Amino acid sequence: MKPLNEMKVSFLSRSSNEAFARATVAAFVAQLDPTVDELCDIKTAVSEAVTNCIVHAYRDTIGMIYITCRLFENGSINVRIRDCGCGIQNIEQAMQPLFTTQEGERAGLGFAVMQSFMDQLHVTSKPGKGTTVTMKKTMERRPEKHG
Amino acid sequence: MGVRLILKDGVLTAVLSGEIDHHSAREIRGEIDETASRIKPKKLILDFSAVQFMDSSGIGLIMGRCKLMQMWGGQVEIVRLPSKIEKIVSLAGLDQLCTVRRGTEFEAAQ
Repeated sequence: MKPLNEMKVSFLSRSSNEAFARATVAAFVAQLDPTVDELCDIKTAVSEAVTNCIVHAYRDTIGMIYITCRLFENGSINVRIRDCGCGIQNIEQAMQPLFTTQEGERAGLGFAVMQSFMDQLHVTSKPGKGTTVTMKKTMERRPEKHG
Repeated sequence: MGVRLILKDGVLTAVLSGEIDHHSAREIRGEIDETASRIKPKKLILDFSAVQFMDSSGIGLIMGRCKLMQMWGGQVEIVRLPSKIEKIVSLAGLDQLCTVRRGTEFEAAQ
């Protein structure tokens, strides 16, 4: 399926960019006329993925985060968030709710949130090379507005 | 993003506003903990009425404050939860850890 529209954005893994990333994706996805709830779900999932890049992939360092977002005619979106950081040794374990490698106050819910707020979540990773998170969601079609 | 602290009758209320993510959680945590560890209130109320966005960093923030308050037997209450934040709070099962009052429940109890 050919996308209706596509955008790419890349930025440094600074925590101040978490808000920038989710707002940018939300502004682009707005073209599909999503509901407030759908937009909130997407913003939350993007925020989780980008925070993972900052907190885990580029822990103690700064690197680039790449986002590609595609919109399709059937009202679905595809968001890919990629980093060239440390990678994940054990994806299955990383995706377990409440699992976290970090000390302090990470709830360990990042992947669980992405999974339940989006329709599909796919994670690929190579230790030492980086991680790519791909998420899909289809907006519910609403009746066309008239007038 | 911001936090306003109100102390009344041994109850510390933190009125949170704006967007809570990993970036902003650090500052909010610092401000609450500085006052809470000094005062050791019997109850900490986190008021979410003016929060526009929250991801799982906010869940970590709440869980951390519960842990802190437990050190002196204090309680945490989450109040005036906007509907858009309810989803992530119920996903995390926070009602197992502290009292959660939805949007209008808190006003009714006052």
